[in-house]
Amino acid sequence: MIALLTRDMRLAVRAGGGFGLGLAFFLIVVVLVPFGVGPQSALLSKIAPGILWLGALLACLLSLDRIFALDHEDGSLDLLATSPLPMEGIVSVKALAHWLTTGLPLVLAAPVLGVLLSLPVQGFGWLVVSLALGTPALSVIGTFGAALTVGLKRGGLLLSLLVLPLYVPTLIFGAEVARRGAEGMALGTPLALLAGITCGTIALLPFASAAVLRVNLR
Amino acid sequence: MKLNALWEYANPKKFIDTTDRVLPWVAWAAAVTLVVGLVWGFFFTPDDYKQGSTVKIIYLHVPAALMAINAWLMMLVTSLVWIVRRHHVSALAARAAAPVGMVMTLIALATGALWGQPMWGTWWAWDPRLTSFLILFLFYLGYIALWEAIENDDTAADLTSILCLVGSVFALLSRYAVNFWNQGLHQGASLSLDKQENVHDVFWYPLLVAMAGFVLLFVALVLVRTRTEIRARRMRALEARERMRA
Repeated sequence: MIALLTRDMRLAVRAGGGFGLGLAFFLIVVVLVPFGVGPQSALLSKIAPGILWLGALLACLLSLDRIFALDHEDGSLDLLATSPLPMEGIVSVKALAHWLTTGLPLVLAAPVLGVLLSLPVQGFGWLVVSLALGTPALSVIGTFGAALTVGLKRGGLLLSLLVLPLYVPTLIFGAEVARRGAEGMALGTPLALLAGITCGTIALLPFASAAVLRVNLR
Repeated sequence: MKLNALWEYANPKKFIDTTDRVLPWVAWAAAVTLVVGLVWGFFFTPDDYKQGSTVKIIYLHVPAALMAINAWLMMLVTSLVWIVRRHHVSALAARAAAPVGMVMTLIALATGALWGQPMWGTWWAWDPRLTSFLILFLFYLGYIALWEAIENDDTAADLTSILCLVGSVFALLSRYAVNFWNQGLHQGASLSLDKQENVHDVFWYPLLVAMAGFVLLFVALVLVRTRTEIRARRMRALEARERMRA
């Protein structure tokens, strides 16, 4: 499993793996927002947590179809499926690799982009915490969606249609944590619920993803 | 009747034969109850003292909302039956129910908007109930799109039923998440059995008839669509056999 993880990471980081694409997309979304809503810093700082969360979510979505598509094309997914590793393990490692190459950079980049949106000072810490806690759930849910659409030729659009409704609870609680953090309010409840969603998806969803992948490789 | 009698209808032939006999009754019952419920509700109930005649949209709104949720529940059950026992009729019934449920969701949203404009002064508000119905609509959309996208029937049935199970969990989660996210404008449940503050009997009886009508309509539509699916599949099989012979 470690070998699979390092292989996936190496493939993602090297040229053509799309590493940094999500990051660039995140940057562009955040840069475009002030052009859309106007440069008043009062307004920007009010919507900054939501925009940052939404940007991170979309950047995450952008890279989902890479989780299985390339491996499916060159047949290495079939090899993995016949390997002694359980399918649930493969799916979990894939999700982890996706998070390490997409989610984690987004978490680290978010404070820098927060400056651009004049996020209040006390909000930075909670923004990073909420993203660090929420993006693993995004990766795991996205892996499920990617597993559903792996065999399809033009699965990209369908993938977003399937995954976006599943992202709703995570987005609500994550953005709520970031917003309350920025406004200096109490945020124990959404934080606990966000952590609950992340733990629950990590624990349960790989079984569904593995079942779906088995069907698709049949 | 034996306990396992229900599973006999997993045989498509048996299903078609039985529904041949049942379907006219269900369809007629649906038509009669719908007409009675709606005419009674629209023309023979008094106007509400606050809401005027706009209150009458309730006879479409509430039954449609009821069926929007129950259609998903039915899909959940049939998906489970497909996963556990692999009866094709079950998967086809889930497929048949999805568009009907989606239309019910749309009716509930549209009538709600029509009612909300004069009453709340807005077509749309990000109220928890409205929002969760919108999310439910998106779930229907994704489910149907997945059915359409996959060519192999069995693969499609497997994938959509798993999506339905996972989606149910997330739909429920979203329901409570949006509750947390925004306080509501929508009134509470007006039809719960254990509450004192239900709607008045004058509105209640025609509403009950209209709801029965929508349930019967849903059953009739799902039966028709399932039969169509079964026959379409049989036709494809026959065509394939012809090609083999040629």
